[in-house]
Amino acid sequence: MTRTALFLSRVGRSRATLVGLLILALVIVAAIAAGWVYPGDPRDMAGPPSLWPGADPRFPLGTDMMGRDMASATTHAARISLMVGLSATMLSVVLGVVIGAVAGYFGGRIDDALMRFTEIFLTMPRLLFTIALVVVLGPSTGSIAFALGITSWPQIARLVRAEAMRIRQLDFVHAAVTIGMGHSRIILKHVLPNSLSPVMVAASVLIAQVILAEASLSFLGLGDPSVMSWGGMVGAGRSVLRTSWYMTALPGVAIFATVMSFMLLGNGLNDVLNPRNSGR
Amino acid sequence: MSSTTKYIVGRLLQVLPTAFIIVLFTFALLQIAPGDMVDVIAGESGSATPEYMAELRAAYGLDVPPYMQFWHYIQNILHLDLGYSFRENMPISQVILERLPATLLLSVTAILFALVVGVILGVLAAKYRGSVLDTTISIISTIGFATPLFWIGLMLIVLFSIQLRWLPVAGMTTVGTSYTGQFDYALDVARHLALPALSLGFFYLSMYVRITRSAMLEIYSLDFVRTARAKGLSEWRVVVRHILRNALLPVVTITGLELGGLFGGTVVIETVFSWPGIGRLAYDAVFSRDLNLLLGIFLCSALLVILMNLIVDMLYAVLDPRIEVAG
Repeated sequence: MTRTALFLSRVGRSRATLVGLLILALVIVAAIAAGWVYPGDPRDMAGPPSLWPGADPRFPLGTDMMGRDMASATTHAARISLMVGLSATMLSVVLGVVIGAVAGYFGGRIDDALMRFTEIFLTMPRLLFTIALVVVLGPSTGSIAFALGITSWPQIARLVRAEAMRIRQLDFVHAAVTIGMGHSRIILKHVLPNSLSPVMVAASVLIAQVILAEASLSFLGLGDPSVMSWGGMVGAGRSVLRTSWYMTALPGVAIFATVMSFMLLGNGLNDVLNPRNSGR
Repeated sequence: MSSTTKYIVGRLLQVLPTAFIIVLFTFALLQIAPGDMVDVIAGESGSATPEYMAELRAAYGLDVPPYMQFWHYIQNILHLDLGYSFRENMPISQVILERLPATLLLSVTAILFALVVGVILGVLAAKYRGSVLDTTISIISTIGFATPLFWIGLMLIVLFSIQLRWLPVAGMTTVGTSYTGQFDYALDVARHLALPALSLGFFYLSMYVRITRSAMLEIYSLDFVRTARAKGLSEWRVVVRHILRNALLPVVTITGLELGGLFGGTVVIETVFSWPGIGRLAYDAVFSRDLNLLLGIFLCSALLVILMNLIVDMLYAVLDPRIEVAG
């Protein structure tokens, strides 16, 4: 069996991974479909305000207090959450891989210094720092993704460092040193490819955390004011919690489903890529 | 000097660079921010001439190069002077000190609740591994990991405050009541505390469940557990005295690491429940774009986290004699 086929057959056997993939596929389809099912701006008034879900077949998820279509808003917001989640995680992975690989590969003082820095980032109140960063940079989708990315890398760095330290001791790295390969080439050609699978698992969990953090930011009123976001919808629905709690509940369910899908995917990938550790 | 003292002194010295970098972060953010304190004052007063603003800048030491400003900034912080909040009309350190007890009450309650319930559920899940109970507990902890705290809080309000009318919606005390005694007051605060502590604790509960369960399962198969069983101890005695005691170490470690996250959680939860702590203060600071106040809160909570981690580490050194050798 080829490696890809083996990988796919393991994915097929892991129920958690399949469920995660299925939910994620639904979210992605909803995000893509939002453009042509609800072509207009989701912030425009579409019908009578405060319509409960199911009350009018034209608005399956109802409307909010300003008469905006909840279905349109929820699907458009999926785009923002996925986009912020992906771009912030990519930034984090790049930062974390570079810092972790350098620390773990070179060891010694470089390692000490970089790890102490990582520890500070890991233990400080990160959400408060992110909030301050977004306030300083001004709330926009780009600045939110940047702020989340620049504060979320420590977990990846610690992981890659441990991998780099392990791989550094392996025979083929010693062989590469012997034939005169430079440090940067060894890191790129040997260390990084061999630490890919734990990074993929961690990145998948990180996307979930970033999406949660983005929801918190936009709930606190620090979302991009020109787009719809799930956290922002929850924040707006809060004022009418007593009469129309569905406005708060629906976007929350969307956040839960998306975050859950990435976490299931991460757990599933972990089982698939490290079959020995599974079953715990 | 004994090795414990040596360890403690070494650990204290480690704190300094950490605190320095945190202060550097806040200073850097202040520098990047468009406009300085004088712009804020000018904005508040409505009109200010350029001459007056230059005078103010000189008075506040803002007309010197950044590294000199950083030096003054550090000196101010060492004197516990975090600047003045023009929105709250009070020195920032005083505002924070006034609001801190409410946040500490909320977070300590939340962590204690999460710790007790989380560890019990984790022990049960490990003990009855693979059963319906294990699956149910695992579903609860997954929900705790994947749902935003603020949403859990709001849904609890819908259920317990709006539908069932059991608990108050917001605040720390009922407005306009005169209490007949200390007990009455405590009861009222406890009723207000229940929902925010429950929502804030839910995430940590999920975390404790997972860590306890996996640590318990790991220790189950170790030799000393088999010995304990072999000498005829009852099953629960083995679970609690031999396995749980050892499984608690990672639980304590994670608590130290997650304290920073706790302060983030209080911002969101205090905003949902209008709890009068520093989290709600941070939200107000965001709302009014009072960057000085926001960074003051960040600085204080970061230093608090460092301090608490230090205390946890020292407790380790005192409680576990193996650690002082390593330190």
